[in-house]
Order: sequence, then C-alpha cells, then structure tokens
Amino acid sequence: MSAVPRVESDKSGKVETPNGARMREWRARITAFAHAHRSWTIVISMAIGAVLLYFWSAFPPFSFVQTQNTWISGFVNAGVFILLALGLNIVVGFAGLLDLGYAAFFAFGAYLYAFGASPFSHLHLNFLLLLVLGAVVAAIFGIALGAPTLRLRGDYLAIMTLGFGEIVPIVFLNAQKYTNGTNGIGGVDRPNIFGFTFPGIDQTAYYVLMAVVITVVMILVYRLLDSRIGRAWAAIREDELAAAANGINTVTTKLAAFALGATTAGFAGVLNASKLTIVDPTQFGFQVSFVVLSSIVLGGMGNPFGVAVGAFILYNIQAVLLKQLNATMENLHVPILQDIDFVKFQFLLFGIALVLMMMFRPEGLIPSQRRRRELHAADAESSEDLALVAPDAGDVSL
Amino acid sequence: MTAAAATATVSTVRQRPAWAIPAIAVGLVVVYFFLLTFILGLNPQTADHASQIAIQQVANALSIGAIYALIALGYTMVYGIIELINFAHGDVFMMGAFFAVLFAGMGAGSIPGLLHLSGPVENPILLIVYMAATLAVVMPITGLLNLTIERVFYRPFRGGSRLAPLITAVGVSFILQNVALVLFGSGDRNSPQIFPLSWRIDVLGASIPVLNFVILIIALGLMFGLQTFVRRTRLGRAMRATALDQQASKLMGVDVNQTIALTFAIGGALAGAAGVVWGYNFGFVRQDLGFNAGLKSFTSAVLGGIGNITGAVLGGFVIGFVENFCASLGQTKWAEFSVFLVLTLVLIFRPAGILGQQVGERA
Repeated sequence: MSAVPRVESDKSGKVETPNGARMREWRARITAFAHAHRSWTIVISMAIGAVLLYFWSAFPPFSFVQTQNTWISGFVNAGVFILLALGLNIVVGFAGLLDLGYAAFFAFGAYLYAFGASPFSHLHLNFLLLLVLGAVVAAIFGIALGAPTLRLRGDYLAIMTLGFGEIVPIVFLNAQKYTNGTNGIGGVDRPNIFGFTFPGIDQTAYYVLMAVVITVVMILVYRLLDSRIGRAWAAIREDELAAAANGINTVTTKLAAFALGATTAGFAGVLNASKLTIVDPTQFGFQVSFVVLSSIVLGGMGNPFGVAVGAFILYNIQAVLLKQLNATMENLHVPILQDIDFVKFQFLLFGIALVLMMMFRPEGLIPSQRRRRELHAADAESSEDLALVAPDAGDVSL
Repeated sequence: MTAAAATATVSTVRQRPAWAIPAIAVGLVVVYFFLLTFILGLNPQTADHASQIAIQQVANALSIGAIYALIALGYTMVYGIIELINFAHGDVFMMGAFFAVLFAGMGAGSIPGLLHLSGPVENPILLIVYMAATLAVVMPITGLLNLTIERVFYRPFRGGSRLAPLITAVGVSFILQNVALVLFGSGDRNSPQIFPLSWRIDVLGASIPVLNFVILIIALGLMFGLQTFVRRTRLGRAMRATALDQQASKLMGVDVNQTIALTFAIGGALAGAAGVVWGYNFGFVRQDLGFNAGLKSFTSAVLGGIGNITGAVLGGFVIGFVENFCASLGQTKWAEFSVFLVLTLVLIFRPAGILGQQVGERA
C-alpha cells in the first residue's frame, strides 16, 4: 500500500497529518475487531487492565498511599463488588426488577463455602466444587424467592427482597448450630486449585483468580445481553404487557434474570469467604445491597462495563479515599475538617450521590444507549422529538 | 391497580356494616388471648398465671400494633394514590421519634432538648398538656418533612419511569437515616417516658399500664379522624378521586399535585405521631429504627390490602400480634422472620390483602 495521503477532515475542516489519519485507521480497526470478536476483546482488555493495575500499584501515585500488596488485596475486594454489581445489573439493569436484598445471595455463597471448607464443620471440600455449589444454592434461593412475587407488580418484589435481605442474616445469626451465630465461622480454608493452596499474605493468586472469574462472568453477561433472553429482558423492562402479548413468558424470563443474578452473587460470596477466611452475619447487611445498587446506578444501569467501573470506583472511594482523607486532614491539621470523620459520612454521601444520579443523570456515568433513551422517555415525549435522544458520542460499551 | 385499590376502599364501606371490622378485630383479640393462655399453660414455669401474662401480652401487642398501624397508613395512602413505595416513610417515623426527644426530652447528640423532661410527669393536667404539645409540634414537622420529600424527590419523576422514583426513595431513606446518624449519633438515645408507668389498671387480675390504653386511644382517635376526613370532606373526596383516576380527576377540576402533597403531609404527620408514641412506650430512639419499623408497617399495609385505610389499620394490629406471639413464647429472635413469613404467604395466596379485592395485579 502506498503512503497515506493527506486527508481533509470533513468535520473540523483542519488539515490532518498522516499520523492522525493512521491513528484513526487504527481506532477504526480496533472498533471493528471489538464488534466482531467481543469475547476476545473482553479477555484482552481485562488481561491488559489487570496486568497494568498489578504493576502500576507499586509505583506513584498508588505507592504514596499504601503498599502494593495492600492495593492488590483491595483490588480483590473491589473484584467482589464488581461481581456483585454485574449480577445485580442482570436483575435491575437488564430485566428492570428492583432487588433490594441482593446481599442475601452473597451470604448464601459465603456461608456455603464456610460450612463446606472449615474446621467448624470438619469438612474440607474442593474449592472449585464449592464455587459451583455456592452459585447453584444461591440460584435456587433466588428462584424460591422470586417465584411468589414475580407474578405480581415490580414494587412488591422490591419490598419482598428488602425483607428477604433483612431476614437472611438474622436466620444465619439464629441458626447457631450450623453457622456459629454471632461469632461466625472462622478459619475458613484458603482456596486450593489443583494442589496449589493460595498463600495468605501474598494476594497475587487471589488477584489472578478474581480477574479470571470477572472475565468469564463479563463474557457471559455480554453474551446474555445479546441473546434471545437478553432481548426478552429488555422487552419486559420496557413494557411488560406488550412483551407478554408478543409471546414472551414473563414469569420464567424474570425468574431466569433473578436466578442468574443470584448465581453471580453466589460466586462472589464463595470468593469473599475464601479471601477473608471468616464469615459472620454482619457482612451481609442492607448496606452491602445498597452499595451495590449505588454502584450500578453510578456506573450505568444495563451496561456491564459501566457497572463494573462504578463498583470499582465506589469500593475504592469507600475503602481508600475516605480513610485517606481522614488521615490527610489529621496530618495537615486542617481546622474543622480534621475533626470530621469522613468514613462516618460515607453512606450519607452514597445516599446523596444515588439520589442526585437518579434525578439528573439516571442513565449513569457510562450509560447503555437503550437505557438512556428509556430513562429519558418522559423528556423526549415532552419535546415530541425522539430523534433528539438518538445515540451520540460517548458510547463506551464494549 | 390504582382503580382496584381505590374501589376497594369505597366498596368495602358499602358492602360491610360499619361494626363488622371492629367486631371481627375484637373477636380475634379474644381468640388470641385464649390461644396464648392455653400455650402458656402448657409451660410449667408460666402455668400458674398464664391468663395474667396473656393479658399483658395482649396489651403490649395492641400498643405495638397501633404504632405499626399509624405508620402503615402513610404507606397505604401514598401507594394508593401514586403507586410508589415510599421507602423513606419508616425514616420519617424515626425522625418523628427524634423530634419528640428534641422537643420534650434532654436532646440527642449535640443538639439540646427544649423542655428538658427526663422522667414521668405525675400531674395529670400537666402531662396531658405536654403530650398534646409534643404531638402538636412533631406532627406538623414530620408532615412537612414528608411533603418536602415528595416535592423535591418524587414529583420530578411523575409520569416517567417506574424504577427511578423507587430507587430514589431508597436513597432518600438512606439519607434520612444517615442524617440522623450524624446529628444524633449511633446507638440508643433516651426518650423521656413522661407517662408514669406506675399508673396501672387491674384487668382480670393482671395490672396493665395505663399508657397502653392511652396509646391505643391516641392511635384509634387519629385513625378515626383520618377515616372521617377521607370519607366526608371535600379534600378527602379529591384524594379518593385522584387514587381512582388521576387524569379524570384533573378534568373534574381536582388539583392533583396539591392532593398528592396533602396525602404525603397526612402520612408524615401520622408517622410523626407514631414516633412520639414509640418514645413513650419504649423510652429509646435509634437512627436505624425506621428501617425495621418501615418494613413491618409496609407488610401491614400489604396484608390489609394496599390502598385500603381500614385494611392498613387491621394489618398493623395483626403484625403487632404476630410479633408479640413470638415474643410471648420467648422466641423474640424469630419475630422478624415470622413477620416476613406472613408477607410471603400473603403475597403467594392473597396478594390483594385481607380487605382488598381479588383482581389481576399485573401492570
């Protein structure tokens, strides 16, 4: 091929250098590749992101805050929240069902692992087996909870799940014989995959495992989104009556969303229990459900990439930024501000952020185009011009 | 669904005689009393004075049931009129309880109290003045709080997506809870029990605090007032009309926005009254009180038939009794579980509630 000629950009009218044209060509190629091979794109970008984050965390600005291993450990915890957000996104973002007790399924995964692999029960089952089993048990409870309410209006589901999320930790607390009550189950086995036992201090193995699980879940979620059932979810979310009239079995479709969301939470629960090596009822309160809900609203309901980013950011705000802010204010002796406990304010901030997002940018920071159009349907109707909300620049979905 | 809920309110009035529901309620209380006496009689530790304990438990159940019923009214009215679960409603109740502490008590957190009462007030006239003043101050404030919540957070969503206001409501609930946490601190805060608990009445051999009767009278009085307001006044008719069909009411000259705001204000005021009464009965307030009480009260509203005022009251008392039943058997830790079980069973077998009409509930 000959050298790329100087082209005039049709929009800005500026003369572009050959370099710029080449850049554009590369971008076009990457976009084309991403559209044609989405799963590979996810694998490659996750790999690049994970490796970058792993090594970069040893250098500034990360190294100013804490050591690399602490960062990695934090990223693994953030990974748990990413998994939860991806799962809840199936329920809330794809199917439009508000689940306020999502932490309950997280608890099922965690307690299953703790019971199956700890000195408490004298069982030490295989990690991968328990990973699958945790997801299956969570899914079964998802179906059991969803079945009575999914025939009803969505609001009932919200209150039912809220109640369920409140009850499950109480049941785990009260069922002393199986869960060790308030103390929780401690000394849970660290994962052992094909003879390799995860070390406790160096978190690299957990990091790799988490990256792999997130990648797999991400691929599955994107494939679901584009499948027959993904379109059925979108139809139900937009107009349940119309969806039913078009031959979609709304009950089974909603149940599928519920079960799949619970499955992901089950994975997250097992991974979290195996990392913390202790499981107790206080880990699964309403606050967990709330943070996960906030992160998908922040990231962009319906867009898996967006909610993953949202969860990652929110976790780090919660675990690193606010604590760091406290320490900084204290060290610098800033008047007034040094007396404020920012960590105490975190849920107030999340609440305000959630409400502001819902009011002013309900599609989230990284929106899915379809969801944005739905959420702004009222505006579009008032201006009587649907073309106004046609997709514009900034679509970051993979 | 709105139509169904509203017709339920109207039609139950016409189908049943006015005394039917109170009669059934009293009958159920008597049945509960005998059931409890029987169960307590089986236990050798409590067998000697089973009926006395049962009476005390009935009195407790009526008090807590009255509180749930007052909160449930706000849920049911708001749901009946705009089909929104106002998740923040339980927290409005919690704020009401705190406002009562700030007005009558020693204050909470860094905020000082106004009247600085800390113990029982033995002078009956002074006591009535204090109680009336607390209610008169707290109810308008919580009413205004709920109204503001509607105006600021829910009204912008009207006519739009259904999920957005629901998520916003959860956010508002969380904001209120954490505002209370920041202002008043975590953990139990003392609420002045100005009603002397030493005042007791003998009922069938058991001595029952007069407070339990007073709570019941306050609650039933407010409920009766609400019922009369909704049935007999012009604004009440506007509320029923808006619940039936917003568009048509607008055409008939009803100011829908104002009516919805009024509904929120009344609901908030009732929740405030519940908060005041809670303080008298339990003597403490905590910032996460609203979450649990809200959940139970919403269950009451669903149980009674959402959108139905009589149903919410009945549901509140039923939930009070269910919870009390667990407590009476020494199984307090399972109380919440059993309330949740009730919610599940109702949603499976009778989603329209006890007094609601059986209609298809699909949106």
